[in-house]
Amino acid sequence: MTTVEHAAGATRASGRIGLDRQSITGLVFGVLGIALLAGVAPAISGTSRRFNFEPPPDPAGIGFHPPTWVIAIGVLFLLTAVLGFAPPEARRWATPARLLSALAVIPLLLVLSLALSDNPSTNIVNLFNESLVLATPLALGATTGLWCERSGIINIGIEGTMLAGAGIGYMTYATIGDAQSTGWLWFSILISVLAGGVVAALLAVLSIRFGVNQIVGGVVINLFALGLTGFLRSEVIVKTGITTGVGTSEFGLPLLSEIPVIGDQLFRGKPIYWMMYLVVIGTWLVMFRTPWGLRVRSCGENPHAAETLGVNVVRIRYQSVILGGLIAGLAGAWFSMESQTRFEDNMTNAAGFIALAALIFGKWTPWGAFGGALLFGFSRALGTRLQFLGVEVSGFEIPSEFLQALPFIVTLVVVAGAVGRSIPPAAAGQPFQRSK
Amino acid sequence: MNGARNANAGIGRAAGQVHRVLTEAWRLQPLYVSLYAILLSFVVGGVLISIIGVNPFTAYWALLRGMVGGGDEIAGSLARSVPFIGSALALAFAFRAGLFNIGAEGQLLAGGITAAYVGALSWMSDLPGIVAIPLILIAGTMGGAIWGGIPGVLRTKTGAHEVISTIMLNSLVLFGVRWMVNSRDPVVLRDTESTVPRTDPISDTAVLPELVDSQPVLHTGLFALVGICFVVAFVLKRTTFGFEVGTVGLNPHASHYAGINVNRVIVASMAASGAFAGLAAASEISGTNGFFQPGTFFLMGFDGIAIALLARTNPVAIIAAALLWGSMLSGAPLMQQEADVSIDVVRIIQAMVLLFVAADAIVRYLFRVREHDQSPFKATSIEGAV
Repeated sequence: MTTVEHAAGATRASGRIGLDRQSITGLVFGVLGIALLAGVAPAISGTSRRFNFEPPPDPAGIGFHPPTWVIAIGVLFLLTAVLGFAPPEARRWATPARLLSALAVIPLLLVLSLALSDNPSTNIVNLFNESLVLATPLALGATTGLWCERSGIINIGIEGTMLAGAGIGYMTYATIGDAQSTGWLWFSILISVLAGGVVAALLAVLSIRFGVNQIVGGVVINLFALGLTGFLRSEVIVKTGITTGVGTSEFGLPLLSEIPVIGDQLFRGKPIYWMMYLVVIGTWLVMFRTPWGLRVRSCGENPHAAETLGVNVVRIRYQSVILGGLIAGLAGAWFSMESQTRFEDNMTNAAGFIALAALIFGKWTPWGAFGGALLFGFSRALGTRLQFLGVEVSGFEIPSEFLQALPFIVTLVVVAGAVGRSIPPAAAGQPFQRSK
Repeated sequence: MNGARNANAGIGRAAGQVHRVLTEAWRLQPLYVSLYAILLSFVVGGVLISIIGVNPFTAYWALLRGMVGGGDEIAGSLARSVPFIGSALALAFAFRAGLFNIGAEGQLLAGGITAAYVGALSWMSDLPGIVAIPLILIAGTMGGAIWGGIPGVLRTKTGAHEVISTIMLNSLVLFGVRWMVNSRDPVVLRDTESTVPRTDPISDTAVLPELVDSQPVLHTGLFALVGICFVVAFVLKRTTFGFEVGTVGLNPHASHYAGINVNRVIVASMAASGAFAGLAAASEISGTNGFFQPGTFFLMGFDGIAIALLARTNPVAIIAAALLWGSMLSGAPLMQQEADVSIDVVRIIQAMVLLFVAADAIVRYLFRVREHDQSPFKATSIEGAV
């Protein structure tokens, strides 16, 4: 808690209303449930729809009756609401119910969007896969943020780090490999990763050695990366005359991609996408299951206590920030060598800030951050899909911008503490000075 | 190794000499670090330019002429700088209250779209300019103030840190305005006759009078924003509210026990910050573009952070810092044209300026400047952010 909140808290303490967070969440679900049962279910079309599991022709899938699903989810919401106000002995069911209801929002969105469009079916396995692929840079970026902030350094320069990785990596690929050879492609991805590390090292030096405000340091990085990559693009990449090239190629995981129907869609992918899973799992393992990871976390929570126990706070912070930068560099390579094989100015397009949101949404944990990234990826994939399906509510086409904005609202709500408060590492943002 | 150290010491001695001359020639005490940071950044930029095989002096000469080479260039530079004054004030004012408003980007968009909406209302053309122009400026200011006030309210009511909430609000408003100016069905604010996504042109009566027909047009919005800087300087120095803002910024605890309503000050300073950004956006809409396009304000909020830093959050110094910033951007195209150096060099130089101002220890070390003024952006002043 910062001092301002402290002071604010002191003024508020006396006059609090008797509604706690759980009852507010309950109320929200109650209102939603009633709306679904009374308003939405009777209004939507009763003709049956299909979720397909594979591309045409003749796809496998399940048919369903939209109003039935809406009613089922509405009842679930109402139950959650009732449990929120239930006597204490029944309250232990309230938390799982809330979680289940929150998760049910995703099928609800899918059912509603299909019911409101003229299309009879859509491929949901493919939609799921698209969400995962779009979540790749966000999950990597959120992991970057995780390493930095858990060690006590706020990093709002993830965006710039990614952009530098994307630009410098592609520049290498275009100049040395003519953007054509696989060998140089991997070399260039390595360069991307290293570039990310170097940029993060700059942030580390600024915030650790010089004690610069970490947010200012992040802004420096973002501005610098934008200028540098723009400069390299117009002075080097454009002058090579190469506009596009060969990017990383898809491969299927052995055995898993042989699974009928879903295997080929879910277990085929490009290398950086697969590396994203390794990075997330590796981060969790190292940060929560090794002594070094414990030291990192202790530096983010109470660096002075850590120092007393013999932890070299400065070194740990350098290590974690640079490690985070390497990960952001990989995310950059995803933009310019996997998703597309070219480089454009400001190519990352705020992905670094979205990754930060995913990190906060995930309460500074690896799996939470991954979940947050997936949520953002899903909302983007669904947004594109909705445009494709042409979903209309009484003649009003739902714009993709609305769905894309949704996760930001959710994150804002989470930060504001309405649904399970998100609390940063205690020492994040505070400079550390060695005891003399 | 030894040679390098000697050279280093040599440069250091030369820089120290420069510092002595400046000390004796002008009494610029608090400005040294900023001045040297600018100098150092141009040196770094020059190295970069020579790497690509261009004589840096040729490039900088072209840049300088692009900035102040003639009447039109000077007017263009001034015009380009006007909105930066607002976005830098947005950061500086919040900072005085101990808040880090990195949402100027979003507040500009919110103010801009409000101004464009009000400016294009059908009855605006019936009003005389003397009513219509203040109206459009007030509309933009209000739009920015509301969008800036939200993180303030969230901060006081829920403890959500303003850095996070402003980042989220930036994205939210960006999606919002994109939809408003893109959507054809239904038409929200899009000018359906235009091929590019933008709003309807504002009424002629709401256009700020033009001063010089430069590129971009220099308009009277300049006076509004320069005036606001002096007003803010006065408010911070001479009024109770300004005193409260400064006190809360220094120590919210002590302020609370001294009887200052900390929450009120936080919300009010965030709203005021947003209002400055909104005013800047409105003056751009009214004086320069005549319509709203989301791309207009790209990076302007983040540039504001750099400018506010460069000016050490001093409202009057912001005018000078914004002038430097805007004129560099305005002069860059000539440099590209004549010396064939990418305009992105200017962006790199600007990032370097911010870096050296923020990490003033580097500058102090190089130029042997003693630390007598504490940088307002030292890390200790922001606690537990993000």
